Amino acid sequence: MRIVVQEAGFDAGQELTRFSAADPGIGAIVSFTGVVRDTAEGTLDVMQIEHYPGMTEAALTKIAQEAMTRWALGDILVIHRFGRLAPGDQIMMVATTSAHRKDAFEAAEYLMDYLKSRAPFWKKEILRDGAHWVAARDEDEDALGRWD
Amino acid sequence: MDVLYFAWVRERIGLPKERIDTSAATVTALVDELRAREERYAAAFADLSALRVAVDQELVDFDAPLAGAREVAFFPPMTGG
Repeated sequence: MRIVVQEAGFDAGQELTRFSAADPGIGAIVSFTGVVRDTAEGTLDVMQIEHYPGMTEAALTKIAQEAMTRWALGDILVIHRFGRLAPGDQIMMVATTSAHRKDAFEAAEYLMDYLKSRAPFWKKEILRDGAHWVAARDEDEDALGRWD
Repeated sequence: MDVLYFAWVRERIGLPKERIDTSAATVTALVDELRAREERYAAAFADLSALRVAVDQELVDFDAPLAGAREVAFFPPMTGG
């Protein structure tokens, strides 16, 4: 398992190559990369991401460990950035490996669902005409229900 | 104990972290103490359904005990990903 919380950008391609190179037993690699989305009007200047140092790493590790017990996975990679990001910047990525694709896909979805609502990150959109904290969405919370 | 605030809770209260001497037995009791301090605390803690709390970096409910706790953090629902 590799859990990384960092301010700097990352190269998703390089990360994925390094992540999946080690294990000859895997037959599937699934990855998801999250990108800063501009507003429909193109008014986003900065996406500011705040986090809770210490708890963030602990929460991500706990989520990844739970995924390792639920699915037959080779490995898990989670990278999440904080700080000031611009539209188009990569915010985060998760990747999973497994012998077969079903485990890798499901585990990646599980990681994303939990990471959205249970890892202590908060997004603030700095717009050309003001700023606001991004509100959590009910459907993100509801999405956790399917893993009960 | 150390009390931490994040996101708009931090902005509303006006600081990220403070040391508080309290004998509050639960998170709710601590919230009541904070609310009674100043208007900015009362405003930040006006609606607990809009807040989440962690004790020693673990998410808990507001009725969680504080015995032995070193760090309590208040923040809005998380928006990672």
